[in-house]
Amino acid sequence: MASVTFHDVEKAFGTVKAVDGVNFTITEGEFVCLLGPSGCGKTTTLRLIAGLEKATGGNIQIGDLDVTHLAAKDRDIGMVFQDYALYPHMTIGENIGYPLKVRNVPTDARATRIGEVAKNLQIDKLLERRPGEISGGQQQRTSVARAVVHEPQVFLFDEPLSNLDAKLRLEARSFLKHLQREVGVTAVYVTHDQAEAMALADRIAVMNEGRIVQMAPPLEVYHRPGTTFVANFLGSPPMNLLPGKVALDGEPRFVGEAFTIPMQSHVETAVRQHLSDGAQVTVGIRPEHLDLSQDPVSGGFQGPLYALETLGPESLVTLKVGDELLTVRIFSDDAPQLADTVHAAFDPEKLHVFRENGERIPVE
Amino acid sequence: MTRATRTPPSQAQRAARFVLGRITFYVGSSLFAAFFVLPLLWLTVAPFSTLANLDLRLPDPWSLQNFERVFENGFAIRALVQNSMIQGFGAMLLVTLTATLAAYALSRANIPGTTAITYGLVLFSSVVTGTAAMVPIFLMIVQLGLIDTHLGVILVFTGGLLPAAVFIMRDFVDSIPRSYEESAMVAGASSWRVFRDIALPIVRPGMMVVGVWAFVQVWGGFLIPFILLRDADKMPASVAIYSFYTEAGTPLITLTAAYSLLYTLPVLLLYLFVNWRYGFRFFGGIKS
Repeated sequence: MASVTFHDVEKAFGTVKAVDGVNFTITEGEFVCLLGPSGCGKTTTLRLIAGLEKATGGNIQIGDLDVTHLAAKDRDIGMVFQDYALYPHMTIGENIGYPLKVRNVPTDARATRIGEVAKNLQIDKLLERRPGEISGGQQQRTSVARAVVHEPQVFLFDEPLSNLDAKLRLEARSFLKHLQREVGVTAVYVTHDQAEAMALADRIAVMNEGRIVQMAPPLEVYHRPGTTFVANFLGSPPMNLLPGKVALDGEPRFVGEAFTIPMQSHVETAVRQHLSDGAQVTVGIRPEHLDLSQDPVSGGFQGPLYALETLGPESLVTLKVGDELLTVRIFSDDAPQLADTVHAAFDPEKLHVFRENGERIPVE
Repeated sequence: MTRATRTPPSQAQRAARFVLGRITFYVGSSLFAAFFVLPLLWLTVAPFSTLANLDLRLPDPWSLQNFERVFENGFAIRALVQNSMIQGFGAMLLVTLTATLAAYALSRANIPGTTAITYGLVLFSSVVTGTAAMVPIFLMIVQLGLIDTHLGVILVFTGGLLPAAVFIMRDFVDSIPRSYEESAMVAGASSWRVFRDIALPIVRPGMMVVGVWAFVQVWGGFLIPFILLRDADKMPASVAIYSFYTEAGTPLITLTAAYSLLYTLPVLLLYLFVNWRYGFRFFGGIKS
């Protein structure tokens, strides 16, 4: 078990910087998710830890050891690949035992250890089969077994659940969480699925364009997104973001094209501290913090209905506010009865405010 | 009011048309198949007839006399069981091993232009083919002192077959997902170990394809050994088959037929052996 530290790490492919000055420390035993859209550099970051890519700048440490120029084979890492990368010509047992075989562990000791790990992952009945003969979920477990068998310093996961169907994915997710608790190894997990990141991580590092935008515990990222990018990326559906202006003359308020939101006193204090009158802002409200209302609400929203999606335990109501769309998430298993014009109110405590450049204003 | 409607074909009409179509198809494809099968049939029966000519007819009586006379020809037999084998297996091993290593390097190395090199090689080999290049090849082999040696023949064949072999092998290597090798590297294996444990077993069916193909090419090659060899003791079967011609240059059909049958057997056996032992299949990636 070891920590992982990045100091100003860069990785350029030609002129494109896939990873652009990344700094972080992952402490021993911590489970960190790298989250971001495709092409944001999260997989490259993971491959840099594994040693499958060479950093073009900065340095990488695993524990106290500087591994920047160390080959992958010498880094003592266990990795689960997106396609599992099980060797098709070896049996499941041989696949799991491969890291031990490479380390010249004697056959008996190897067999014992393979049995132990396979039993723990409930694939001990499949050891004689070949990867092509078992299901996707079993392949995934085999891949995990192969990654843990030699008790590595660090565990790396490259979107390990993306090849499973929806039901199996949830099952595998709980299983991985359980495994991490049990084994307690430092783990870095790449995903583009925010629900996966929220469920698994001790801390989430949200990445965009080769940089880490925010790195914090899941609920912190959810409740206090550092930028509009993070706000838009986390949550399903994502946060409603509406452009507006600060108006401090008279009653302090945010004025948008088709709405006016009065500022609460603590919001006003923060806004006065960081912004001036007339400044462009983006206000954000999560769909789950909005609610429908029969009558017009002062400081709320109203507009024509754009779409109604009933999902079973909840419904998504989207209305058009000026030129912007606003989604309201209602927790009710009945479809809501809607008039042509929909009114929505929200909890003013849950309002987010961002500068024009996307940075969060700390309003709480 | 009324629209001209075409009466749909009745059940019987449709059935008749179907049967007719089938009959035409089978007759046509039978004729086509016969064109290719007849020479093979001839090859399996003619050697057993003492009166064999180019007609296809069952031997009467069946006899092994042709084979007895072929086995009396020490030159032809040595050519078949010794020289052709040395040259065939020698070139096969050299082509398969070098093509595999080259294909692996071309597929995996991070050097720009590897694809251009692969395609360029194939293009070159088809432009500069055997006959046209025979004079320079001959001169080169003379200067290297390899004239009239098995090694000279093997090297020239290998040179000719390698581009296509590299091309075929590269296709096999390219279809191995890189993650296989990467996961082995992360597991702690050195580059050589990754190649030996992971890449080699997975491309082995490809190597078998290339190996059998190379063997067949050399086995049937006439011009190169004919020109590069002098000593009758080193001639392969493809050249030795001419010892069953009369002085006037007409083939003794009985003996040629028997020798031809013996000549095809090793290739057939090699194919069956490889197919049984390794199978011409390919693992490919696991469905993702």
